[in-house]
Amino acid sequence: MKAVKPIAIRLQNLSAGYGRIDAVQHVSVEIEAGKRVALVGPNGAGKSTLFKAIMGLMRVSGGEVWIHGQREGRQTVAYVPQFEDVDWDFPVSVMDVVVMGLARQIGWLRLPGRQHQQAALRALERVGLADYRNRQIGELSGGQKRRVFIARALAQGASILLLDEPFSGVDAAAQQTLFEILDRLRDEGVTVVLATHDLNLVSTHFDTLMVLNKRLLAYGKPEAVFTPEIMAAAFGSQMAIWHSNGEVIMLTDQHT
Amino acid sequence: MIDVCGNPAIQTLICKPLSYTFMQNALLTMLILGVVAGTVGSYVVVRGMAFLTDALGHAILPGVAIAYLSGGVHGPLLLGAAIAASITALVIGFFTRGGKLREDTAIGIVFTGALALGLAILSLHKVTAVDLEELLVGNILALNGQDLAVIFVVGLVVLLLVRIFYKELLIVSFDPALGAALRYPVEGLRYLLLLMLALTAVIAIQAVGVILIAAMMVTPAATAYLLVRRLHWMMVISSVICCFSGVLGIFLSWHLSVSSSAAIVLTMTFLFLLAYLFAPKRGLVWGFIHVREPEEATA
Repeated sequence: MKAVKPIAIRLQNLSAGYGRIDAVQHVSVEIEAGKRVALVGPNGAGKSTLFKAIMGLMRVSGGEVWIHGQREGRQTVAYVPQFEDVDWDFPVSVMDVVVMGLARQIGWLRLPGRQHQQAALRALERVGLADYRNRQIGELSGGQKRRVFIARALAQGASILLLDEPFSGVDAAAQQTLFEILDRLRDEGVTVVLATHDLNLVSTHFDTLMVLNKRLLAYGKPEAVFTPEIMAAAFGSQMAIWHSNGEVIMLTDQHT
Repeated sequence: MIDVCGNPAIQTLICKPLSYTFMQNALLTMLILGVVAGTVGSYVVVRGMAFLTDALGHAILPGVAIAYLSGGVHGPLLLGAAIAASITALVIGFFTRGGKLREDTAIGIVFTGALALGLAILSLHKVTAVDLEELLVGNILALNGQDLAVIFVVGLVVLLLVRIFYKELLIVSFDPALGAALRYPVEGLRYLLLLMLALTAVIAIQAVGVILIAAMMVTPAATAYLLVRRLHWMMVISSVICCFSGVLGIFLSWHLSVSSSAAIVLTMTFLFLLAYLFAPKRGLVWGFIHVREPEEATA
């Protein structure tokens, strides 16, 4: 008998967007706890919008978001924003950013105490950045910057982590470090949903693929989802597909 | 005790000006204003609100004009300024709600409209050129003890607000998405910051006038931004720079017979240029000497 895994995120017919036409339309999906899901789709497919809707950062125009079976369970969700959404010149240290993740524990109008600094330091140790705690965030490399925000999510005690394009502008070695951290998070049972348009990473590093282009086009194991038909539907003219010697080669013309 | 004023040079440069009550008032005012404007100005610089601050300063004029007509230079100027600043901040907020207008467009419309209204009120009542100049560029040497007391109390309120809401304002300034996720009243905190800006502008108006208020809140904070890497240190350094420039500017104004507000702001501008050229890591000269290391080398 197969045990039924608890559902971390359940979206029911979710639609959301800023303009007159919703960027995300009628998405229904159930993501099991502890899974590592790649959210793929071309630029403008609504990946960031879907994340913001899950976080409750924008008004949804239809449907429902359930986190761990609750409609108001969002304190367990942490969000690692897109690189461009952060002001890296802002005068904050690495430590300051991680301490922000503890804002709820610290309490409204209170300042962080020694125990909060220590909790932040433990989170930084888990991503291997303890030695960088006093640096201004802009002084870190691309991969390290992502790790700071993952540390902030850890300090927050999040059980669901949404990462928006964490690999853009990050070299292979730094990518490897990020995956090692994500592997550890999986061992701890943290659910990870990671938006990317890098299809090379997707087929090897994830349990589940979620293909989005305004609507949900597919959700399932990479081998089931990674078909020319589904990918062509998602990426359209932004993708070239060749068949050669029984192999299928797919190429997107995405840039970051 | 050593009699420093016994030295003729120090007597002429420092002790003589200090013997006048109006100079003492001016210097004390500047020390208070420096801390308040330097602190609040740090938010202005990190949040990119320099234009809004400049606009708030200008838009205060109609309030000040009406107050002036009711009682001259010692009329309820601060009250008039406070009302005008609050209305301006609310109107700009109203125009930009729901993205109907870009914020800089709304600011451009509201502040020029308010400034024109202020000028119209003053011209209708045949205000003398001297008084008009005092309203536009201020005169820190004309402040009395009562003005000083008001500036002190309002400044203290602003600094207390910064202390109380420090963590919340830091989070919504750096990462509004996190603020929203934490269920912070992000819009409310924005209005709080606007209120703090308005109060600071209001107490700065008598010192540096409508035109130069923005310099007090932008230039020292921008200088500090080049020198330090954390917000609270930026506030401290910015306050020190603001106080120092103010005091030096007042003495320069005394000795060189130039307008006090001009001397204060020019000192600030000069310090900014020094930092822009020579600041460690961010300065122009540092950039020439040190070749940038490859970004991912330490990943």
